[in-house]
Amino acid sequence: MLYIPYSPPPETTNYMIAGYIVILGVMSIYVVSLFLRRRKLEQDVKILEELEDQTDNR
Amino acid sequence: MNRQPRKLVILNIVTLILLVAATLVVFLYAPMEAKMGNVQKVFYFHLAAAWVGMIGFSVAVIAGIAYLITNQRKWDIAGLAAVEVSLVFFFIAIVAGSIWARRTWGTWWTWDPRLTSAAIVELVYAAYLMLRQGIEDPDRRARFGAVYAIIAFISVPITFFSIRILRTIHPDLNQSGSGGMGLTPKMLHTLLFSLFVFSFVFADLYWHRLRLGQLTDKIEQLRLKVLE
Repeated sequence: MLYIPYSPPPETTNYMIAGYIVILGVMSIYVVSLFLRRRKLEQDVKILEELEDQTDNR
Repeated sequence: MNRQPRKLVILNIVTLILLVAATLVVFLYAPMEAKMGNVQKVFYFHLAAAWVGMIGFSVAVIAGIAYLITNQRKWDIAGLAAVEVSLVFFFIAIVAGSIWARRTWGTWWTWDPRLTSAAIVELVYAAYLMLRQGIEDPDRRARFGAVYAIIAFISVPITFFSIRILRTIHPDLNQSGSGGMGLTPKMLHTLLFSLFVFSFVFADLYWHRLRLGQLTDKIEQLRLKVLE
């Protein structure tokens, strides 16, 4: 009978954690960037609409 | 403040729930791989992120062709949004793959055909964003973006097929034996579920990015009007 010695899987949990931190971290940063850019653009729209109203009134 | 449409709010919630579910499936359902250990679990989201990249770059081609045919600005906005979202996810795929490679191949990076072609894709589409910013005229910018997105897409199938055409150390899902992944049914379920969930993630982020593009376009129109 052939005996195959069992070797346990290597301990690579730290790499897995690092991988998921990168994946979920970059996704979160992108979501935040979308939110911040939208907020800034909405402020710009508000200012430009006010300017447009002023020029229309003249 | 411009409120999100009801459908988008529902999509946000569904996507978030699915993402949490996919993470739990990866950590609790998928078995540990015998040779690599837990680091193999990075593979599920690594591949799913690359999948999002492929979807987005394909959408950009369709939007590019649609723009050249119709000359409507909405297609330019659609193409730009698709490229930006995909670029982020392709970056995630490259970095996650690099972390996996460090433990499996003993190096963060090697000039393997798959890795090199993936890096080229990332740089080609990063250049798309940078070059667009240098063009003032909106119509010229849109035309340039459409043509660029169509030509740049050539790099995507090259990356996809590089592991079959060229000698590479990158594992191939379709190959059995030492060059393949040797996925068990549970691993395959986890992979397919991750791909499904990341398709939702793409749809959700793409919708948000489209709305951002529409707002940017509105500002551009308003600026022109005020300057006149």
